[in-house]
Amino acid sequence: MRYLPLSGTDRSAMLARIGVPSIDDLFADIPKRLRVKGLDLPRAAGEMSVERTLGRLAAKNVPASTVPFFVGAGAYKHHVPASVDHLIQRSEFLTSYTPYQPEITQGTLQVLFEFQTQVANLTGMEVANASMYDGSTATAEAVLMAHRVTKRKKAVLAGGLHPHYRAVVETTSAMAGDSVVALAPDPAGTEDILAAIDGETSCVVVQSPSFYGHLIDLAPIAEKAHANGALLVAVFTEVMSLGLIEPPGAQGADIVVGEGQSIGNPLTFGGPYVGLFATRQKFVRQMPGRLCGETVDAEGRRGFVLTLSTREQHIRRDKATSNICTNSGLCALAFTIHMTLLGEKGLGRLARINHANAVELAEMLVEAPGVTLLNDSFFNEFTLRLPKDAAGVVEALAARGILAGVPVSRLEPGRPDLGNLLVVASTEVNTVEDRTAFAAALQEVLA
Amino acid sequence: MTMNTQGRPTAPGEAAVTATDTFTGNRALQIEEALLFEIGRYDVTGVDLDEPETFTPRLGKLARKTPIDLPGLSEPEAVRHYVRLSQKNYSIDSGLYPLGSCTMKHNPRLNEKMARLPGFADVHPLQPLSTVAGAVDLMAELGRWLLEMTGMTSVALSPKAGAHGELCGMMAIKAAIEAKGEPRNIVLVPESAHGTNPATAALIGFKVVTVPARADGTVDPEAVKALLSPQVAAIMLTNPNTCGLFERDVVEIAAAVHEAGAYFYCDGANFNAIVGKAKVGELGVDAMHINLHKTFSTPHGGGGPGAGPVVFSERLAAFAPLPFVRVTADGPVLVENEVALEGGETPFGRMVAFHGQMGMFVRALSYMLSHGGDGLRQASEDAVLNANYVRVGLRDLMSQPSGDRTCMHEVLFDDHFLDGTGITTLDFAKAMIDEGYHPMTMYFPLVVHGAMLIEPTESESKASLDLFVATLRDLVLKAKAGDTARFLEAPRFAPRRRLDETRAARQPKLKWEKPEPWSEAAE
Repeated sequence: MRYLPLSGTDRSAMLARIGVPSIDDLFADIPKRLRVKGLDLPRAAGEMSVERTLGRLAAKNVPASTVPFFVGAGAYKHHVPASVDHLIQRSEFLTSYTPYQPEITQGTLQVLFEFQTQVANLTGMEVANASMYDGSTATAEAVLMAHRVTKRKKAVLAGGLHPHYRAVVETTSAMAGDSVVALAPDPAGTEDILAAIDGETSCVVVQSPSFYGHLIDLAPIAEKAHANGALLVAVFTEVMSLGLIEPPGAQGADIVVGEGQSIGNPLTFGGPYVGLFATRQKFVRQMPGRLCGETVDAEGRRGFVLTLSTREQHIRRDKATSNICTNSGLCALAFTIHMTLLGEKGLGRLARINHANAVELAEMLVEAPGVTLLNDSFFNEFTLRLPKDAAGVVEALAARGILAGVPVSRLEPGRPDLGNLLVVASTEVNTVEDRTAFAAALQEVLA
Repeated sequence: MTMNTQGRPTAPGEAAVTATDTFTGNRALQIEEALLFEIGRYDVTGVDLDEPETFTPRLGKLARKTPIDLPGLSEPEAVRHYVRLSQKNYSIDSGLYPLGSCTMKHNPRLNEKMARLPGFADVHPLQPLSTVAGAVDLMAELGRWLLEMTGMTSVALSPKAGAHGELCGMMAIKAAIEAKGEPRNIVLVPESAHGTNPATAALIGFKVVTVPARADGTVDPEAVKALLSPQVAAIMLTNPNTCGLFERDVVEIAAAVHEAGAYFYCDGANFNAIVGKAKVGELGVDAMHINLHKTFSTPHGGGGPGAGPVVFSERLAAFAPLPFVRVTADGPVLVENEVALEGGETPFGRMVAFHGQMGMFVRALSYMLSHGGDGLRQASEDAVLNANYVRVGLRDLMSQPSGDRTCMHEVLFDDHFLDGTGITTLDFAKAMIDEGYHPMTMYFPLVVHGAMLIEPTESESKASLDLFVATLRDLVLKAKAGDTARFLEAPRFAPRRRLDETRAARQPKLKWEKPEPWSEAAE
């Protein structure tokens, strides 16, 4: 087996050195009757064989790059520069672990410090952590943190929150014995969230751009929340939007969480992604997750370490702020490298391209018979009301080789009133030919 | 000296100050590298994009008014910056990485290649299911392998990491208890457990009661029985445990737990020791997470991403969260929501957006296919063989808290052998850095004083282990001979000397700020 360096001779010599006759003597603590004779699994395979097996499975999927592609709703198809994937495959990044020994992991630590700074600046917040698993789990953690800060137990979720994010918060809250007020889905972007905030509210969780694409003015929500002693948790699933819209930090958010996949990370059928988590300095000791901080070494040189770990599970055990034990290190690295390549100039331009493409697409699609656009404002994603069931339309378009978006019914299956809604995203990868083909095919399917 | 709560020094202490005397501060291949924010510029970008043609924005009044403060680098600068940073990291590819309980084994590059096939890397989690049949097939196949290796009934693939898998398992247990209407709110956790175990139980409202360890670090069934009651929901047990020992009374413990109406959660962090040797389902386990980044070699990536699928026994199978793959005669079906449920399926909820760490599923299955059932078993045997080989190589010079007995895939020493030397476990670990090794896990498990937990994994050759053992033997002899400075000053040759963790925590500096003169000039 190519991954196992020990030869038969080595094994015999080592057993002799240990002083046992056979390998099974090292497993003597496993009760004899429970020792496994063999596994009902195929035998070892060479590289070519594995490539064939997995290649066959991969070939049954339709990659986004091969078709006009407009699917978003929490994960987005963007172009990632070639150098990003090259750099994250450097052995020293790929095959190292959590920087427990800072003297020999300054590479990872400095990257995390750069990552935290980029995320804090992008969201307009004072501090960011070293990343969470993804946007949905970061949102659930933000709610738990708001409960700790406010010593209250009731979260209000806006109707524009991604349905999966809502489900993750609801699951965690139900298990923890906390209460959740989830407002009804808000495809029109017109709900009165202010009315849902009261003196028992711990936090109000608002996504902008919302699941349906609307840009939400967070300032009045922050004001009402703060007047009631509650926190505003701002959520985004499309981090690229922050290149063009006012950051949540400038609108009064207390905790900002979101999905960072769009920068540096491929779609990969939903994971691994990278959760972003930022807050105010005064709440830093209530934050979940790893934090990297600057310090000096014994020679007085600048260096970085994991810090404020007395919040964490390996020290605090059942009193920890979270049970999280890793971050999303390599995805955070990809984010930071891509963001570094973009810089402020590149990010702004990329965000404008996304917005321009989406605006043009929306204008083309509403030409189809019976199609209406539900958004006044949006970034690179919007919601259409179709004259018939959106899931059927998506299937019909897929048959024509166009992946047209996400029917809301896929995520809100119990709501027939939402059955005709389609969430459509357009990013820099779409060409004018892609948009034209989509618009023409939609005309045909609806005709 | 400043200590943390584990008794580990957190300040540099007596390390001697020796300044670098080069103009640049560089030391040949060790290049000092500034922060991105010190070398980047606001008008530089490494990505060529054309400005879009004029259009009417639809941002309402929320267009960004404030600058972001994100400097950029050109591609050559960015590549050099991150390559130089990478060179300050130790990695498995560069040397033995014996972090106990972390299973730092070789990461085959075939797995990286497979995960990058466009059919896996470039598919969206919400594109029509008719266009992702191969992805669902792969999830089903991974699940089949995991269930065969563990002898369990159902699997939840979606948890994002080990601790997230623990949460998934404990949520299923809570759901099962609530379904029976029982008021059980206590979870038993041995004192040798990973910190994530009590943190997980507490997160969803369980009260944690600690089970004391026997002198050798294993759990005494009588101690468990004494704590069992109608209020106990579950026990969370790591097996093999964090002292590197197989819990030899696990079957008796499981029976007692079940007898009391409670569930048995197994922390699968150390599964690498027993693949193909024992099936946890036959030991009485009801739920166990499997760290794909440990046992199945998906890269650790500097601290993630991990992946923590959970396998369930028949008693908990129905409570596995959404989404899950239902295996039918017509092939696997991805069940994403309540509307698609069939009889007997009662998921407790949803842990994540989408379907889990697909990129890790591909890598893990690639690893499994490469090894086959026979190779996976051989890997576990070699991991255990290597750990015992290190154990016998060091046992006469170092001290084993559990006495001289065989271990599983990792061997535990305490700091007794350093008594009277003035050298701590931390000093000893830092001296290993100077010798070119990543240190072992230190000060964990907490039940052992000054713990040193060594897990060589099956990826090391005999020659590599021989040199490692010889190096540690030499260090022990030097420590005992009074060569104290070598340890107290260590590391001397790493990119950084010891770092001041106390200062980092007392004056937290968590992001880069413009230096004062700059901001004054800007105003």
